[in-house]
Amino acid sequence: MDVLVCIKRVPLVGGEILLTEDKMEIDDRRLGFGLSPHEECAVEAGVRLIEEFGGTVTVMTLGKAEAEEQLRDQLAIGPDRAILVETTSEFDPQGTASALVEAIRSDGTNFDLIILGAESADTAGYQTGIRIAHALGRPVITNVKGLKVENGVIRCERQVGSIREVYEVPLPAVITVKDGVNIPRYPSVPGRIKARKKPVDKVIPTTRMTKLEKTGLSVPPTKSSGAKVLGHGPEAAVALVALLREIGIAK
Amino acid sequence: MSSLPTKAKVVVIGAGIVGNSVAYHLARLGWRDLVQIDKGPLPNPGGSTGHASNFIYPTDHSKEMTQITLESMRQYKEMGVFTECGGIEVARTPERMQELARRMSSAKSWGIEDVEIISPERCKELVPFLDETVILGGFYTPSVGVVDSVRGGTIMRERAIELGALQSFANTEVLGIDVEEGRVKRVRTDRGDIEAEYVVIACGCWSPRIASMAGASIPLTPAVHQMKDLGPVPHFANSKGDIEFPIIRDMDTNMYERQHGSGIEVGSYAHRPILYSPDDIPSNAAATLSPTEFPFTQEDFDLQDEHALELMPEIIGDEKIGQKYAINGILSLTPDGMPIVGETPEVKGLWSCAAVWIKEGPGTGKSLAEMMIHGESEIDMNTSDIARFHEHQKATYHIKARTAEGFNKTYGIVHPNEQYESNRQVRLSPYYEQEKALGAVFYETAGWERPFWYESNAALLAKYGDAVMPRTSEWESRWWSPIINAEHLEMRETAGLVDLTAFVIFDVKGPSALNVVQQVAVRQMDVAVGKVVYTPVLSHNGGFKSDLTIMRLAHDCFRVVTGGAHGMADKKWFSDHLPADGTAQIEDLTSNFTTLGIWGPKAREILQSVTDNDLSNEAFPFGNCRIIEIGPLRVLASRISYVGELGWELYVPMEQGAKLWEQIWNAGQPHGLIPVGIGVYGTTGRLEKSYRAFGAELETEYNVIETGMQTPKVKAQDFVGKASHLAQRETTPVAVLCSLTVDDHTSSTGEKRYMLGREPIMTLEGAPIVDAKGRRSYVTSAGSAPSLGKHILMSYLTPEHAVIGNKLIVEYLGDHYPVTVAGVGSAPLFDPKNERILS
Repeated sequence: MDVLVCIKRVPLVGGEILLTEDKMEIDDRRLGFGLSPHEECAVEAGVRLIEEFGGTVTVMTLGKAEAEEQLRDQLAIGPDRAILVETTSEFDPQGTASALVEAIRSDGTNFDLIILGAESADTAGYQTGIRIAHALGRPVITNVKGLKVENGVIRCERQVGSIREVYEVPLPAVITVKDGVNIPRYPSVPGRIKARKKPVDKVIPTTRMTKLEKTGLSVPPTKSSGAKVLGHGPEAAVALVALLREIGIAK
Repeated sequence: MSSLPTKAKVVVIGAGIVGNSVAYHLARLGWRDLVQIDKGPLPNPGGSTGHASNFIYPTDHSKEMTQITLESMRQYKEMGVFTECGGIEVARTPERMQELARRMSSAKSWGIEDVEIISPERCKELVPFLDETVILGGFYTPSVGVVDSVRGGTIMRERAIELGALQSFANTEVLGIDVEEGRVKRVRTDRGDIEAEYVVIACGCWSPRIASMAGASIPLTPAVHQMKDLGPVPHFANSKGDIEFPIIRDMDTNMYERQHGSGIEVGSYAHRPILYSPDDIPSNAAATLSPTEFPFTQEDFDLQDEHALELMPEIIGDEKIGQKYAINGILSLTPDGMPIVGETPEVKGLWSCAAVWIKEGPGTGKSLAEMMIHGESEIDMNTSDIARFHEHQKATYHIKARTAEGFNKTYGIVHPNEQYESNRQVRLSPYYEQEKALGAVFYETAGWERPFWYESNAALLAKYGDAVMPRTSEWESRWWSPIINAEHLEMRETAGLVDLTAFVIFDVKGPSALNVVQQVAVRQMDVAVGKVVYTPVLSHNGGFKSDLTIMRLAHDCFRVVTGGAHGMADKKWFSDHLPADGTAQIEDLTSNFTTLGIWGPKAREILQSVTDNDLSNEAFPFGNCRIIEIGPLRVLASRISYVGELGWELYVPMEQGAKLWEQIWNAGQPHGLIPVGIGVYGTTGRLEKSYRAFGAELETEYNVIETGMQTPKVKAQDFVGKASHLAQRETTPVAVLCSLTVDDHTSSTGEKRYMLGREPIMTLEGAPIVDAKGRRSYVTSAGSAPSLGKHILMSYLTPEHAVIGNKLIVEYLGDHYPVTVAGVGSAPLFDPKNERILS
């Protein structure tokens, strides 16, 4: 089977998020870049399917030229090739989906399965997977926490509150996965070395379907850690016991 | 949490391995009322200590670095945070095998015994997961180990607290340092101000930023060292501890591989130099990992992945072993590769203990505490002295250029005379163009371009033939030319002109000037105006702080002339002894005056031909200085010599230098005057005369008696180190500085080889020679003595070996060569009665 995984390069921020002077971007000069944990799981899921059934995995991203770094990082764990949909400006979820769909169509591969993370780590729009599925006329299952492919059908599990939902849809399909669907592997050195030789095709979207306009960013006030000192030495015991009772650990 | 005190004796800024060590040793030595602050949390405030690779190889070609490392290992062991695992530096090339032999020599010279060169097969036995077919051998040090530096630092901090000496405050950021009348006054923090007598900056890669708050300079740069952790490694599945296999240094690829529990850590100094400024480092809050763990840049490690794979295919090539963690770790690098330790020259009471790595931390902290409390440290730290930097060496451009150049030499094969290529031609003497036209080959000292020899003298090679002692081996021919020896021989026949512009020159002036120079100099300075005095300068323990010459120019003015490399530290030492009432001052004249030396049998004839002043021996004897007129110039002429010939140093204002050169050069041509480089002045000329050099023979570990430089009487006036000096005169020295000659240069492969310095001197049985103070005999200086037809080595020897004619062995690059003691004490081998100088 042929699997496509779509990912997004995002800055890996620390506890405190710094913005650029014009408050339009995250100040990423001192930051590294990576993927959301959901997307790391998405790539792992794709690689595992190929290990099981054979075929190819392609990773695709929409972003600036620098995003090739994330494509190479992912190629190191097993995908066969990558496609960079290269942009110079930010795309909203609609624009992203439309550009990815254009790239998927022009690539010509009839992907049996397209996997995305449930949401990106930075803008968290939860939309791109659904929009791609809609544009391609395919079924979509979101927030997947478990998956299995059998006889051309994908069976996915998702957790909604305390309820476990199970869906089966025929391939080709689109799914968006949640962190925890698997434990992604670390890249090995041989994987890194092979990744350097794997093809990364570059395409440029013909239109920018972006309608959302960013007016600025603000950092929400950080919540205090909420740590509370119950007391020092033996005197703390009473308060501790009271607390343990309160949260139901002690009776 | 208790509140910050408003006053303290010492504020130590930084709670990494260095700050904790400084605080502990100050407390251990009896100081109290110490406060430590760090802007980060404890026990890992976020500096380089927190992500260090933590392994320690003891051997370095630098004696100072080795001694500090050995002392640090001793302390780590005492604290129980040292795990011995052994280490092998492996060679992939024949050049590296030679370098490993050289490391063996350094190890022996510095007293590290348990080292050996081992075969690839033996490497494989010790480290079964390496591919022995890609290496030619290894340098095995069983005493290599890893430390828990965060734990060690914590233990030291807690000990200082337990002693009741230290209060430590995390999450406290320094906002400013106030200086009043040149002295540090208080540290301002986000939690209040602390008045302090002393402030120690132990802030690692942030140190320049903190120092600049006080107007001081700590010339280091944050730089990236890449490392990655791979695992889990099946080979290590049953490991009980953090490390059970020797650490591998893959020297030729600038990399290391070490077991780390169930994983393997691969580190590199091979990538492009990636340098930052302290302001590029994020705060603890904004950092993704710690502030000094920058995002890993895989593209810089691509080649290193392949090198690691070559050496350890079984582990690195295993597709199941993943990269769990990788960082661009920030560490501190300096333009000359040495730490930055001591009181800042700019601000009294403000001390630096920076650019100190894990392997040096506890030892350097101890030395700094000793310097603060006793005025000197047990281990001679002069190459780490913060006062060493010249002004241009504090420029960011210089720091970055030299650091970038030095970075990839971290595991490099660095020749003892190797020159930097970057940031050259910063300081040019007035004769630079003339020298260039004469084919000068320039070496650098303190930014000055100095001719080491002149290609225009190549014609002399034919004249002197084998007397120039030609060398065939590439290593000893590197950074050397037989022309040096030809210049030497010609100078001894006619005369040589030497550019000495790199001297550091400063005047001590004022009503108290005599008191100041008396206090610093061992020799009597209350001499007639016009006298030149060569004098040792001692530390309190009677060891060598420096040696230099002082001219008395007036009753209240003394001109100090000293070497460029050590001159700034000398200037600070004199400044430290100025009276508080301002009745003596120092004026730095380094850039005001240029110096030309003219020496040789024809020096007087040449100079006399351009001056009407009487230069006869009677009118102008040795050890005097005065103004003479040469053509249109008034020149300060000083009759001394470092090459063993009749001659003068000539001082004129910098802008008149070209005119002076022209006058002397033209006058000299009929007499056969040649330009002579520093190769003669610094090595061959001085070695034949057994003249000692600071940093080679002279250091605080050795005293005047041991160097054989004592005078019959000691002056009545007090001077620094006098009490120790007097005591040392009363005891028989346990080591004596000697000159040795090499009897046979033939190596095991039949090639003539020539030692370059720092090699171990041993008994005929191959045993080390160790004196009663535990100091080993090693070659302090080595070089040609063309007039004697010998290669000379200087070395301290124990009294039973310090006997003329005694036969010993020198080990050089793995071979043993016979040597003979030719001179004991300061008696010169060439012209022992100094007839030439005094003629």
